[in-house]
Amino acid sequence: MSTMTLARAVNASLRSAMMDDPRVLLLGEDIGKLGGVFRVTDGLLDQFGAARVIDTPLAESGIMGTAVGLAYRGYRPVVEIQFDGFVYPAFDQIVCQVAKLYYRTRGAVRMPLTIRIPWGGGIGAAEHHSESPEAYFVHTAGLRVIAASDPREAYVLLRQAIASDDPVVFFEPKRLYHSKGEVDTDLDLADEPPMGLARVVRDGTDVTLVTYGAQVAIALDAAVAAEDEGVSIEVIDLRSISPVDYRTVTASVRKTGRAIVTHEAAREAGVGAEIVASIAERCFEYLEAAPQRVTGHDIPYPPAKLEGHHLPDLDRILAAVDRVMDRPHTLAGAAQ
Amino acid sequence: MLTPAAVPDLALSVDDAARVLTPEGERIPDPTLDPWLGSLDPGLLRALYRDMVLTRRVDAEGFALQRQGQLGLWPPCRGQEAVQIGTTHALAAADMIFPSYRETGVVLARGARPDEFVMAWRGEAHTAYDIQRLRMAPMQVIIGAHALHATGYAMGIQRDGADEIAVAYFGDGATSQGDVSEALVFSASYQAPVVFVCSNNQWAISEPVDVQSRVPLAARAPGFGIPSMRVDGNDVLACYAAMRWARERARRGEGPTFLEAVTYRMGPHTTADDPTRYRDAAEVERWQRRDPITRFETYLRAQGLLDDDAVAEVAAAADTLAAAVRAACVGAQTRPGVEVLDDVYAEPHTGLAEERREYAEYLAGFAETEERA
Repeated sequence: MSTMTLARAVNASLRSAMMDDPRVLLLGEDIGKLGGVFRVTDGLLDQFGAARVIDTPLAESGIMGTAVGLAYRGYRPVVEIQFDGFVYPAFDQIVCQVAKLYYRTRGAVRMPLTIRIPWGGGIGAAEHHSESPEAYFVHTAGLRVIAASDPREAYVLLRQAIASDDPVVFFEPKRLYHSKGEVDTDLDLADEPPMGLARVVRDGTDVTLVTYGAQVAIALDAAVAAEDEGVSIEVIDLRSISPVDYRTVTASVRKTGRAIVTHEAAREAGVGAEIVASIAERCFEYLEAAPQRVTGHDIPYPPAKLEGHHLPDLDRILAAVDRVMDRPHTLAGAAQ
Repeated sequence: MLTPAAVPDLALSVDDAARVLTPEGERIPDPTLDPWLGSLDPGLLRALYRDMVLTRRVDAEGFALQRQGQLGLWPPCRGQEAVQIGTTHALAAADMIFPSYRETGVVLARGARPDEFVMAWRGEAHTAYDIQRLRMAPMQVIIGAHALHATGYAMGIQRDGADEIAVAYFGDGATSQGDVSEALVFSASYQAPVVFVCSNNQWAISEPVDVQSRVPLAARAPGFGIPSMRVDGNDVLACYAAMRWARERARRGEGPTFLEAVTYRMGPHTTADDPTRYRDAAEVERWQRRDPITRFETYLRAQGLLDDDAVAEVAAAADTLAAAVRAACVGAQTRPGVEVLDDVYAEPHTGLAEERREYAEYLAGFAETEERA
């Protein structure tokens, strides 16, 4: 057990996966000598060589398409997309090829790719560097979509993603790259819950707050603030946003009778819409209030100085808590 | 200006391509191709002829089956038999092929069963053939995407140290796609053992090749650091020789090669297309005189390797194969409906498992209703 940042946990996860399986190799821009723009792949080129840590030309579709070819050949490529907003040039390869080849060949071709995407806002980045594109991938059958929320989760989930015979889009909240946590790199993966399962990170009785990624920490802060006002919030970290572990979500909502979903991505046709609809289908007779969404606005990602108005913060979550509790907005978190 | 400006003659000339057989079927020397032909085995020559005739016959059958409502669509390859059969025969069985959707002859030369030509076009499956047995990726519909797959696969061959190559087949239109340019960049950067076969059939649906390129397509590859050859795509021997050259380069570790096979799509793009809207009959007539099968037959007869009896025997074999394709098509059994939900994920997926269970129950309800009736 040691304390490490999320970036180091991802590094350790890649290293152990590469040591365990010679078919695992990495492709991406600047991942070799530089160690990646976030230094996530630091040291891996020295340890595993250029045949397994492949610095690629600057072409996202090319990276993804050649990874498809390597997967055809039996390799297990881990692709790094440098920033969330740069995944779109590879979108065709991901949705038309990576996601569908297993289905198109009725199981004859496996695509055990892991697509790592530094993800989301909150770091004051330049344009195209703070996107939340998860809904595009959740909407695509054949992909699994995973979001890490702390260093330990990042370590375990990434190992599981690389071991999966299905393609996995793996979101790493870049806002948390430097946040620290306890990670046991000697843990036995067989003892860990599968990556498809959600986890209840805080028990509560009044409201179920469903979220994932960097938003988990904000949800926990909101739960603490709400407790001071006498509202007990159960926080669920989805971990997997495709498939969603509805067994855990519905069990919680049936207990609390109230549900809020929060994420950074825009609201329209977002992951929150899907989860709220599913909660309505599965828990209608248990609900005390209409489920709420607390999301980014339906806007292109704003300039860095304004991103605080876009990213759903503790107070916007608490306002939603007031709505589902059917009481005037009295809760307040951090002073504005 | 709303249309591209006039293109230099060189980009459009169909005669500025390496060949060893004239359109009249006369053997002529070519310094680049001849070393790769040597003294050709008569068995190979007869096989090239036979496979071209069989391809044309299967192609005609596919067209007819579509017109009769048995197939949803068919992409004819008439006129392109030489590039497909010539290049495929130059490969080893282990070489991995990434074809586009018009490569009926490549599928045939790889030993497809009759049903494997039509199941995709009938809509029974996305992939018509056994990709492991044929060592062929599924036919690619997204234009040019598979040039990258072949490149990545070749990078895998490199890592395995295997004596194999990867091949991507695509058309002239695909060269306008970013993925093909990216495949040229990646394959050159890593010197991957891959051969790109561009069947320049002059038309990307209704867009002529001069909308795609200001220079001969083969002239682009050297700009990426990739040797290329512009070869007569209606000369099966030239196509065979060119692929042997390219394959040897790849095997020796000399990296990718780009072949532009100058040919012509005699029919429509697909059965949904009407080429009379965009090209004139005189052009088709000109290409008719360059027919790859007629040309090769003339040559083989002159060599004493083919006579009327042999021609009749091949024609009969082609009819037999076409009948088998027809029977397989008409007799196809559609899978049970619930299987539409199968093979989306390699590992259990809770969401889809639930969806499948619900749909199976829903379908079972109909069965119960029928039983009661």
